[in-house]
Amino acid sequence: MQLTSKSNVTGKTKKVTNVNSALAAATCVLLGTTPVVQADEAVWEMDTALLYYGETDRITAVEGVFSAKKDFGDEHIFSGKIILDALTGASASGAVSQPSAQTYTRPSGKGQYVIDAGEIPLDDTFRDTRVQLEAQWTQPLWDDMRGSAGVHLSKEYDYLSIAVNGSLAKDFNQKNTTVSAGLSLAFDTIDPEGGLPVAFSEMVIDQGQFANEQAYQAAFDATRQTGTDDKSIVDLMFGVTQIINRRMLMQFNYGYSTSDGYHTDPFKVLSVVNDQGLTQSLVHEGRPTERTRQSFYWQTKYALDSGVADISYRYATDDWDINSHTIDSRLRFNLSGNTYIQPHFRYYQQGAAEFYQPFLLEGSTLPAFASADYRLGEMTAYTLGLKYGMKMPSGNEWAFRLEYYQQDPKNAGFDEPGALQQLDLYPSVKAVIAQVSYSF
Amino acid sequence: MLKKVRLMLAFLISTQLVGCANLGVQPWERDLLAKEEMALDSEGIDLGLDDHIYFSKEATSGGRAFAGGGCGCN
Repeated sequence: MQLTSKSNVTGKTKKVTNVNSALAAATCVLLGTTPVVQADEAVWEMDTALLYYGETDRITAVEGVFSAKKDFGDEHIFSGKIILDALTGASASGAVSQPSAQTYTRPSGKGQYVIDAGEIPLDDTFRDTRVQLEAQWTQPLWDDMRGSAGVHLSKEYDYLSIAVNGSLAKDFNQKNTTVSAGLSLAFDTIDPEGGLPVAFSEMVIDQGQFANEQAYQAAFDATRQTGTDDKSIVDLMFGVTQIINRRMLMQFNYGYSTSDGYHTDPFKVLSVVNDQGLTQSLVHEGRPTERTRQSFYWQTKYALDSGVADISYRYATDDWDINSHTIDSRLRFNLSGNTYIQPHFRYYQQGAAEFYQPFLLEGSTLPAFASADYRLGEMTAYTLGLKYGMKMPSGNEWAFRLEYYQQDPKNAGFDEPGALQQLDLYPSVKAVIAQVSYSF
Repeated sequence: MLKKVRLMLAFLISTQLVGCANLGVQPWERDLLAKEEMALDSEGIDLGLDDHIYFSKEATSGGRAFAGGGCGCN
């Protein structure tokens, strides 16, 4: 999961028009009387969504979101969000495919699974439910200054993440320029079923070599650390939002993030292959305990006569040597006063982490860190999507989104010995994203 | 490549900042900018869901918002 905080300090409040209240207020003004009930009373704005994410032969996730927001007067805004998701399916373990079938021990140590010859090893034990809670308060402070503070909590079976954030924003130049600064502190704890593997320890596979269950368990336990592990993250973000002209506004963000602690994925392994490309053993991956990241983000929105163009670019770099470029664009075309379609295109490209290796070679010196997780390797990805939205006469809105997402991992310059040359070590991942949203 | 991108970004940002005095609109020219769909977070739910997907499947996160914590172990 990920914890994010939307830019409350620069966002605008959505206006929900209560026609009856407005008419009542107008009537009162005309008649010169004071309304008995506060006619312009703020209402809760509710946004709900159900998302399906399905990869071919891999992960399937269903995620539900319920979000509520209310202006308690004079831009004193509360927003809260509850997210529930369920995840099932299989995920690439990091091991390479082989010309013969391979047997693996499940990460919990209980049971095994077999991967057919030529197939990419997928660990099919993923099953998790996650709940995420967010609360954010934003209000004016002084001299065109706004402050915002929030808390986030995310809990799944083996992972807990808690975060707090605070930000300040100040308007200049007749509110045409907004400068903001924000800080987020997060603390994560991980406690996977079967324990955290010791980096580079060999996966214990029961092939009849153990005298009894206890002997197997003792060998398995020797590959595990005791207790849980954790990670703390400090995020800083500085932003400038600038209105360019009557139709265009821009935002620039600079983000600096540093994290300290356990960054390893406890479910990922590396194959140790011989000079024929045949797997001799499997070892658990190990990642550095620190990571410092920087991001440069630019977004522009342009009001067309009947729609909106929204384009953003992000450049990110970190001390793991992962550099990435992301272009995201949404073009909204209003079909009528209350319906629209919105094509979406996103392109992403990343370089490999300095410690990424698709496999280890038998007999070579073990590196300090290594991971064969394709998500740390070189890759490009694109998303193509279409959204259709319609506003009901009541002001409530339905929206439907359908997207296709494809990741194409690439060889970052590694020579493939023997049998590996005939196998697909970098298969594409294809996913469908479908979402229904309702705002009221 | 990296140097070029940095230079380009620095140029873009500096020209925008220097030009701030001439940029912007008068309060009565905000009709289009005030539209709901022109707010930077007008699709907050979609953006949040997208951030979660890409955080779990790619090595980079954040930019628009805080990079934040989380597992993404799948």
